[in-house]
Amino acid sequence: MGSFSYLGKSDLVIADCDVDAADLHMLLGPDYQRSEDYYSGELAILDQDKCINCGACLSVCQFDGIQSENGTFRIEAMNCEGCGYCQRVCPTNAIQMETQKVGEWYTSSSKVGSTMVHAKLGVGAENSGRLVAQVKNEARRHAKKEGKEIILIDGSPGIGCAVNSALSGADYVVFVTEPSVSGIHDLKRVTELVKGFSIRSGCIINKCDLNSQMLDELITFMADAGIEHIASIPYDETFTAAMLEGKTLVEYDKGPASQVLIKSWEKIKQFAETEGCLK
Amino acid sequence: MKYAFTAKGESWDSEIDPRLGRTEFILIYDDKKNELSAYSNSEITQQAHGAGPLTVQKIIDLNPDILITGNGPGKNAAEVMSTSEIKIITGAGDMKIKEALEAYKSDKITG
Amino acid sequence: MKIAIASGKGGTGKTTLATSLSSHLSETQDVVLVDLDVEEPNSRLFIRGDQTHSQSICKQVPEWTGDCSLCGQCQEICNFNAVIKVGTQIMLFPELCHSCRACSELCPESALPLKPRKIGMLNQIQAGNLIFVESRLEIGEQQAVPLISQTKDYIDNHFDESYIIIYDSPPGTSCPVIEASKDADFVILVTEPTPFGLYDLKLAVEVMRKMKKDFGVVVNRDGLGNNDVLDYCDMETIPVLARISNDRRIAELYAAGELIFSTIPEFKEQLLLLERSLELSTVVDPV
Repeated sequence: MGSFSYLGKSDLVIADCDVDAADLHMLLGPDYQRSEDYYSGELAILDQDKCINCGACLSVCQFDGIQSENGTFRIEAMNCEGCGYCQRVCPTNAIQMETQKVGEWYTSSSKVGSTMVHAKLGVGAENSGRLVAQVKNEARRHAKKEGKEIILIDGSPGIGCAVNSALSGADYVVFVTEPSVSGIHDLKRVTELVKGFSIRSGCIINKCDLNSQMLDELITFMADAGIEHIASIPYDETFTAAMLEGKTLVEYDKGPASQVLIKSWEKIKQFAETEGCLK
Repeated sequence: MKYAFTAKGESWDSEIDPRLGRTEFILIYDDKKNELSAYSNSEITQQAHGAGPLTVQKIIDLNPDILITGNGPGKNAAEVMSTSEIKIITGAGDMKIKEALEAYKSDKITG
Repeated sequence: MKIAIASGKGGTGKTTLATSLSSHLSETQDVVLVDLDVEEPNSRLFIRGDQTHSQSICKQVPEWTGDCSLCGQCQEICNFNAVIKVGTQIMLFPELCHSCRACSELCPESALPLKPRKIGMLNQIQAGNLIFVESRLEIGEQQAVPLISQTKDYIDNHFDESYIIIYDSPPGTSCPVIEASKDADFVILVTEPTPFGLYDLKLAVEVMRKMKKDFGVVVNRDGLGNNDVLDYCDMETIPVLARISNDRRIAELYAAGELIFSTIPEFKEQLLLLERSLELSTVVDPV
């Protein structure tokens, strides 16, 4: 992702939707021009002065959000789901629901001059697909305004709501995997998710020389599932060396892995040009 | 005939909002009265989840015959939409409101 | 004793450590390995054994009886937009439902009884002396937390304190990780000695401190990057419990789905070190 962003120069808009573990900024040097708070969900707040210790809240909470010690009641913020049930049953209105700031999102200029939209979710926050949607929509807005045809989206791992949100409306998905039992297993799960969206997809196999049997299995699976094989990159520690210097691989050197990435980017761009906008 | 549009602004020159669930505005055009009204959808777009069904609910309450939009409803929004008789026209994503209406009338975009 | 193995960043080696540590410990003690990475449960790939039990895990969601006065209170009550009144129907969106039960229990006409909805599968496997439990989230289900929570309930109901429970937790720092590690006695944070590893480790440390957990760090792929992670742990007085060398053989074994510790002696050495640091080598710590 870092390398593609670098290769795309200022011709594209970057959306870092891996909001839970956002690392891309370490490679692309964003300048955080604009920052906005992100609010999601509610937290129950208990006013002890109004509380008569009746325990009605405790009896309805499904999440251990209310805890009692020696007859006094308190909200356990880490467990509170924000449903508001306790507020509704409290006879003295001692509980209020407050919207929570759970993160921030930013619009920046990256070190290659492209607009980058990224976010940081607070620890323990609900991994909301809406923050991802916000990052994407802002990226789309910029792309439109700047006349950029390609939006490159860095998605998060897994199959939950954040991944769904990153995938929706995309024209092309690039999977990154490795020839290992976990790589194949996880790819199968995410492929099933993507099938529901009917998006064209391709795959880059990282560390391709790790296990030849797994590699064969992976390539067979991809062929059966209709996933294009974009490229294979051999196990290469220059990725880390580049990361240590805060550089994307293609900036760092022009070695074999770098060459593969450059070719892959050309392939992906070509697809975008023939099929229309990559959203 | 009453038309609903998902829009990014409040006038005939505004662009169609390609999204349905998180559209910024809903515009209603009543051709008998020749009136265009705009409704902000910001309360719904601020919701963390479930925007689709809520927006469709709002549209249904406004009672249009036809909805002209871009991408079309997602799964949940579509489910709510199916409880009504509203005809959905998609594909207007890049147009201005007045262009979208023309395109529909000349059969350039359909459901 | 409950030990959670977590990391800020994905791909650091949680599963490698969890599977090897639990297999190694099970040679002398009663251990249950629980894979709580319900979105991508990988640990099973490294465990060889027979499935002894399987069950569906469900969450309770309301279902409309089809008959009520359509007062619309349910829509007003639901904080997650999972219930709406449209025309003459009450419509429900189960993936948005958090199972708080408010609409169901507060409905003046009891028109929204709760019904179970499958969110995942729990499987139990016997692998030699090791007991392995995993849960797999149904594709299309959005929320991992309810499945993680119920899986832990299953563990509490079936295995008493004489067992060492090891949770292979999901990566990241958001609510699935909180849920997976909140009742652990100790958390092992696995990281790698690179800028990404360090950045995500700091986030994970923030979470652990917020939860007031006892925790330590294991550095995987040691030698790959630089010493910033070690310096950080030193500065923050965070114990480094083991350092696993960057060894391509480990990556190859992992790729093939093999357990590491039996083949690579240096790795086994680090496991023994870890075992001693956690005081697991003697009788299980009564908590």
